[in-house]
Amino acid sequence: MTQSSEATGGLSSVPALLQRNVREFGGKAAYREKEFGIWQSWTWAEAEKEIEALALGFINLGVNEGDFIAIIGRNRPHFYWSMVAAQSVGAVPVPLYQDASAEEMAYVMEHCGARFVVCQDQEQVDKVIEIQDGLHQFEHMIYVDPRGLRKYDHRALHRFVDIQAQGRAAYYEQIEELKARREKLTYDSTCVMLYTSGTTGKPKGVVLSNRNIIETAKNASEFDGLNAGDEILAYLPMAWVGDFIFSLGQAYWTGFCTNCPESPETMMTDLREIGPTYYFAPPRIFETQLTNVMIRMEDASKFKKRLFDVFMAHAKKVGPAILDGKPVGLMDRLKYKLGELMIYGPLKNTLGFSRVRVGYTAGEAIGPEIFDFYRSLGINLKQLYGQTEASVFITVQPDGEVRADTVGVPAKGVEIRIEDNGEIYYRSEGTFVEYYKNAESTASTKDPEGWVATGDAGFFEPDTGHLRIIDRAKDVGKMADGSLFAPKYVENKLKFYPDILEAVLFGNGKDRCVAFINIDLTAVGNWAERNNIAYASYQELAGHPKVLASIQSHVEEVNKSVAQDEMLSGCQVHRFVVLHKELDADDGEMTRTRKVRRVIVADKFKDIVDALYDGSSEISTVTEVTYEDGRKGSISATLSIMDAKVQAVTTQKVAAE
Amino acid sequence: MNDMSTEGYTTEDGRKIGGTLMEMKNITLSFGGVKAITDISFDIKEGEIRAIIGPNGAGKSSMLNVISGFYIPQQGEVWYKGEKRPQMKPYEVARLGIARTFQNIALFDGMSVLDNVMTGRLNHMTTGLFAQGLWKGKAEAEEVENREKAEKIIDFLEIQAIRKTPVSRLPYGLKKRVELARALAAEPSLLLLDEPMAGMNVEEKEDMSRFILDVNDEFGTTIALIEHDMGVVMDLSDRVVVMDYGKKIGDGTPDEVRNNQAVIDAYLGVSHD
Repeated sequence: MTQSSEATGGLSSVPALLQRNVREFGGKAAYREKEFGIWQSWTWAEAEKEIEALALGFINLGVNEGDFIAIIGRNRPHFYWSMVAAQSVGAVPVPLYQDASAEEMAYVMEHCGARFVVCQDQEQVDKVIEIQDGLHQFEHMIYVDPRGLRKYDHRALHRFVDIQAQGRAAYYEQIEELKARREKLTYDSTCVMLYTSGTTGKPKGVVLSNRNIIETAKNASEFDGLNAGDEILAYLPMAWVGDFIFSLGQAYWTGFCTNCPESPETMMTDLREIGPTYYFAPPRIFETQLTNVMIRMEDASKFKKRLFDVFMAHAKKVGPAILDGKPVGLMDRLKYKLGELMIYGPLKNTLGFSRVRVGYTAGEAIGPEIFDFYRSLGINLKQLYGQTEASVFITVQPDGEVRADTVGVPAKGVEIRIEDNGEIYYRSEGTFVEYYKNAESTASTKDPEGWVATGDAGFFEPDTGHLRIIDRAKDVGKMADGSLFAPKYVENKLKFYPDILEAVLFGNGKDRCVAFINIDLTAVGNWAERNNIAYASYQELAGHPKVLASIQSHVEEVNKSVAQDEMLSGCQVHRFVVLHKELDADDGEMTRTRKVRRVIVADKFKDIVDALYDGSSEISTVTEVTYEDGRKGSISATLSIMDAKVQAVTTQKVAAE
Repeated sequence: MNDMSTEGYTTEDGRKIGGTLMEMKNITLSFGGVKAITDISFDIKEGEIRAIIGPNGAGKSSMLNVISGFYIPQQGEVWYKGEKRPQMKPYEVARLGIARTFQNIALFDGMSVLDNVMTGRLNHMTTGLFAQGLWKGKAEAEEVENREKAEKIIDFLEIQAIRKTPVSRLPYGLKKRVELARALAAEPSLLLLDEPMAGMNVEEKEDMSRFILDVNDEFGTTIALIEHDMGVVMDLSDRVVVMDYGKKIGDGTPDEVRNNQAVIDAYLGVSHD
């Protein structure tokens, strides 16, 4: 790559990369956003002007070096500009989850002591106003969308475009100051601070330096051969490290274009229109898309359905092999070509994946069938394993060595060590600086030599050198009889069924396992419609006898498959319950990145867990729920507890005594 | 020339309401022997949200139809922007800047949301059928300009995701919102809403209420609405006219109306305290 020659010469910060991009790709699109039904675009040169105006506006408003600027909004060019503008003036951008509750926001803003907030609209402005009394350092708020805000007190509230206009007006007064501050930035200055969602405890502020971000972006871009011609769709939460690396780190390193959807609801349409070449999504998105395809195929005519089934079966057989460049017979290749013409091509186009060269999934394990579905279509979907603390990349799968059950080899520049207890440690240029104002956690996570504990247990496959993750180290436990308890393994198998959205397995220290199950409203709702089953609410549908029966059959299938694994055959699900509400981040049951918080779930639904173990056939329960606007209510339900057939355990139990 | 008071007032939440936009004077409307409206007078001031409430069959929809020009009252006068309005066809009334939505949704079912909203721009288009058929020069420029206006409304009402969806495939609550979009696309000075929340669930009602307030706030549109949901009416409107059996039995702020004995007896029921 051309960039590697100039490696880090003068390019020691994101604002410096911006200047480089203006010189090298000035007339090329840097940002696009769909607004008013049309894709609006900004070249690198135009984006630089926007960022400069905003940075001048920041100085004008009194932003000092070292200040924290909280950024709350969905993926829009304005917020990416805000982050780079903040860096340009020596401040630290802190992106927050826009759907965070007021309390979560208050905690983070108080913790970092943000003096300024840049946010999207009235909803966030209201949230910040609600919490501002508790924030001693908070001073000014800047919003992008003025709707509904006209009558607000504007002494400390500013429109984004006004700040930019003030910045432009103050150009001659402040430009020297801006340049001076920009030049002071080094490889060790803080690039961004991201709060980890945390499956336990309070969020921690992960400080990432320019070195972390730029080195990681550089290595990852070279690994996949990304260049200025690539396109991505930025739709994942801006507070998540992945979005920061892809939409900012790699975009600035390689100069590719970041496209922002019109609204979260139009994401699928926008994806199709943009046709990204580099794509990233958590497993859930791929699951949802696959579910939608399957639902729509159910509605297709008999002929089309048959065509789809025949060619998909063929794709499953030879697709992944063709993608990996392995030998495949001529007839199979020809049939695959025909399938490409008739089914795979149009299907990829509908999904928006026609141009994807490199696609990644991470965050959670992906069901092998889901993974293979996309790969069989010829989409180069790969897995990576990462963490906020590592600036994402720990391991990645190289092209041609992709499998559903591993997470690949160590990423460029990453060293990995596995402790005796199976816990994975890593060290790299991307390794975070510290947890902000939390020396204790920093010390317990990162040792003086720079090794970081991931908290995940895993091992390297001897023959391939690929890393396999077993589970979160702290989630892996022992059953009462001493056999291994690895909840993720079973949950992932359950979640593969389209009508199961989420599953939580219990059984650590017990004699048998039980499970909570959330139905997928889209899939089950569609099924109900098809079968003329009327329902008034999620709760009613979740408790419908036919739904319970079909979930039961899935659980029994999973038990059969779990029983095959000698190590984990003890994890079969003996009893389960279909929950009356979806596990939700607003209720604290999941993180904002939708990972189940086991301890909280076990505690909150203790009565149900107890009922699963004491043999009762149903349980009445009252659950507190939090509405989107923060109000609380409760729902009560009587849930029937289902038994599932388990397979005889194949290995002989070792007597404990 | 007009004798009505044109003074504005300031609402509780600090909005400035302007002078009289429309005044109904002694309207009487009957169908054969049935008197739908008997001698009703009230005014609508610029920038306010004015509600007309009343039990079933009170004559609310008839009143709205008189305002929109669909019914012609036997007696009484309609004054609009300081002038007495002559007898008009509904489309002529629409050109005066009065747009409406319907109690039973009246969208073009087979057309997309965008096309439906664009029909609301009809009165702002000047090129003829032939020019639009050729779609060159002025006709094209006009279409682009109107599309932009329509897109702003779509953005405002947050219906981007269904822009290209045929209306017939939408759920009821969204159809109502599309109807509001079409009415707004006409850039009306007076917007008439006939039961905008009928048949909606709580969440949809909350959304719709927010949109109505936002429309009033953002575009300064005067809104007259009929609604059954008392909670909504009392929260949204600046002033309320209460009708019963075709007669006006109350008129004032929500608080005044709530405490008006005639209204309580006729509509809200007798209070038990």
